Amino acid sequence: MAEAAIELIGINKSFGAVQANRDINLAIPAGTIHGIVGENGAGKSTLMSILYGFYQADSGEIRIGGKPAAIKTPSDAIAAGIGMVHQHFMLVQNFTVIENVILGAEGQPLLKTSIAKARSELERLERDYGLEVNPDAVVEELPVGLQQRVEILKALFRGADILILDEPTGVLTPAEADHLFRILRQLKEEGKTIVLITHKLREIMAVTDNVSVMRQGALVATRKTSETTVEELAELMVGRRVLLRVEKGTAAPGEVLLSVRNLTVKDSRGVTMVDNVSFDVRAGEIVGIAGVAGNGQSELLETISGIRVAVSGTVTLAGQPIDLTSEADPGELRERGLAHVPEDRHHMGLVLAFEENENAILGYHDQSHYLRGPFLDIEAIRDDAREKIGKYDIRPSDCRLKTANFSGGNQQKIVLSREMERDPKVLIVGQPTRGVDVGAIEFIHRRLIDMRDQGKAVLLVSVELDEIRSLADRILVMFAGRIVGERGPDATERECGLLMAGIDNREAAE
Amino acid sequence: MSTPYAKLPAWADYGLIPLVNLLVAFIVAGLVVLLVGENPFRAAAILVEGAFGGGQAIAYTLYYATSFIFTGLAVAVAFHCGLFNIGGEGQAYVGGLGVALICLSFDGTFPWWINFPLATLGAAAAGALWALIPAYLQAKRGSHIVITTIMFNFIAASLMVYLLVDVLKPAGSMAPQTRTFLEGGQLPKLNWVIEAFGLPIRSAPFNLSFLLALIAAFLVWVLIWRTRLGYEIRTRGHSPRAARYAGIGETRIIIVTMLISGALAGMMALNPVMGDQGRLQLDFVTGAGFVGIAVALMGRSHPAGIVPAAILFGMLYQGGAELAFEMPAISRDMIVIIQGLVILFAGALENMFRPYIQTIFASLKPRSAGLAAEKGG
Repeated sequence: MAEAAIELIGINKSFGAVQANRDINLAIPAGTIHGIVGENGAGKSTLMSILYGFYQADSGEIRIGGKPAAIKTPSDAIAAGIGMVHQHFMLVQNFTVIENVILGAEGQPLLKTSIAKARSELERLERDYGLEVNPDAVVEELPVGLQQRVEILKALFRGADILILDEPTGVLTPAEADHLFRILRQLKEEGKTIVLITHKLREIMAVTDNVSVMRQGALVATRKTSETTVEELAELMVGRRVLLRVEKGTAAPGEVLLSVRNLTVKDSRGVTMVDNVSFDVRAGEIVGIAGVAGNGQSELLETISGIRVAVSGTVTLAGQPIDLTSEADPGELRERGLAHVPEDRHHMGLVLAFEENENAILGYHDQSHYLRGPFLDIEAIRDDAREKIGKYDIRPSDCRLKTANFSGGNQQKIVLSREMERDPKVLIVGQPTRGVDVGAIEFIHRRLIDMRDQGKAVLLVSVELDEIRSLADRILVMFAGRIVGERGPDATERECGLLMAGIDNREAAE
Repeated sequence: MSTPYAKLPAWADYGLIPLVNLLVAFIVAGLVVLLVGENPFRAAAILVEGAFGGGQAIAYTLYYATSFIFTGLAVAVAFHCGLFNIGGEGQAYVGGLGVALICLSFDGTFPWWINFPLATLGAAAAGALWALIPAYLQAKRGSHIVITTIMFNFIAASLMVYLLVDVLKPAGSMAPQTRTFLEGGQLPKLNWVIEAFGLPIRSAPFNLSFLLALIAAFLVWVLIWRTRLGYEIRTRGHSPRAARYAGIGETRIIIVTMLISGALAGMMALNPVMGDQGRLQLDFVTGAGFVGIAVALMGRSHPAGIVPAAILFGMLYQGGAELAFEMPAISRDMIVIIQGLVILFAGALENMFRPYIQTIFASLKPRSAGLAAEKGG
């Protein structure tokens, strides 16, 4: 084994009473790709933030290339040869690629000379690592896959030998992700050390040399990737066996409950986000909409639920037409049997500053059993919340606790319990398991199947292709605002992946 | 886990932080006093003595506090909806018109206890009306409420000058003010309550509207935390997207909230106009609308915080006046500086010391828990 590029020795970090990292010991050999997996809140991001100088450990030592390193700020980390590619890119949208790359590392007051210097350096990097990107393109006009490449170039330009990538494939198509992995392997061959943080086990298996599993702040295991399996890693992550594929019977679709015809939606700038989309969802089936984030799925969901105004098209809910081309009332749609689990639970599905019980009535707060005249019936609301907490195993089981203090999975359960327990006819669900830990994912998937089996029409939007493929009875793929294909639940990942990239070649897939 | 700070206990959040802010404000104010060559400790003693030393002082302090409770509540209600109502000053000014019109019309017909509820409605309606146009512009046109309410303060000032000089001034009078109301247009004083504690009062404007202010504070609490409307207001205030999702109409909630806010600001006029002067005068609001912003910030937009914050500012007004009188080196303007410092530290810089205090609490917590365990064992 090569010498260690990074050594973490006895790292401890607490936030108040919560111990985010406990006694972490980890050595990452130089020139390898090292995966770190774990549930949300397992402490992966905290550990990397310590390594990158955002936080300082309470105790412990960091060694870079065998030498103790005092990393107090990100600039210390950069000086030590560490680069980080964040989950949310840190790019100036209206700057060109080269301007973004030199940002903060201009070196001299005159831009012209530093850009000229950077250009030759960039050309070298592109040649050596296959990181092709036009240095004069404006960042906001680049697809996300290329924006990510700019982030990687930024780190390399600053002389990074160690590259940390935080959930790098969340926004990528399968093809873009594959390309990223090729780049990572190339970097490895050139002697760079790569740390890959992810919750997608498939990626770990595909690209890493070694993998470490974190659980509840501790590093529970490190394995050679070639000597482990997805099942073992999943078990290590949650501490017990989990069902990765959902068990479900065949669907028994009934009448059409949600019918969308020729729906077109534009955003505030007038750009067409949903382009002449038509589909039906029947009682007792789950229709999954697959697609890379930003291809109109969010706008589609928001329009059907009455939050966004459509330009044209008709939507029929349980046989009754609803007019979505003028400002609709989401409250009225709810009364007519439409429940909506929004994609953005932090800003739309929940009010994080509210107590749990206050969120348990959001959108249903004008129902008579929560009210006494104009007053809220506090007792009824809290009793109702406690009942749902029990039924959905929401933890901690305190309906007076501020919602922001619940974990992602439990926050999602609050939303789900609110929307599912109302016995809706149609349930539309956006990203049901985004930022949710593995244990809760299983529960949420189970509940969605239950809803289907109770004869609800379920419309599921997710950027996780695995999720769509394991839950949906029919898969619609959205690309650039249009539905570019429909597939059965047995469609291969490659087939869906090509469609998601806008390539419809059923023949090529076969 | 993303926040490195521990959550503060309620007593620190609502008690310790305002206290620290206040302390710093007084230390800086003390330095200013030192700068003009006076003894800051003596100045502080005069200020407190002037505000609370004896019945007379207390009555004046509570009189000022009454106005600040109304304007503080007005700002707080709008805050809960995510709206920054800077227009309390103008809404209170126009509210005075509502009071005056009722009193001028009925002061000879009805006794005060009929005119009081009528004037309250008049004040609330006039204040609400003055908030309606900015509210409508915000809800329908997206014109920023901060800008429009500030502009409406100026419009209110001009309107009132016109009305007082050209319309409401009695013929032959030189002063830009209405005639003095008859007995039916004047509120009973509450000075006897203070005197009942054995604190004599010569004469002070402390009046019945103080009780109305306390009732309003309670009703605002009920509104915000116990009604459906309050729930909708808070939802909109915390997250406009969640409000849209929940089917809470943006236009309606903004307009309704601003009407309530404006009504509360307008009711402030009862205190000086009907409770003290017995006539509508030019510039009777004297900055109470702006003090309301500081009061709401310091009281964390909660009525239980607003009432003590209003009394604190009442103390600064009343004690400050005494201080200017007792220490000639400290002019009226110096008092304004001291008040400004309190507003600056307690209001605008409300969060300045929060991270430090949170860090202290975060580092104290495990250790103090350990100590307790040791003692127990």
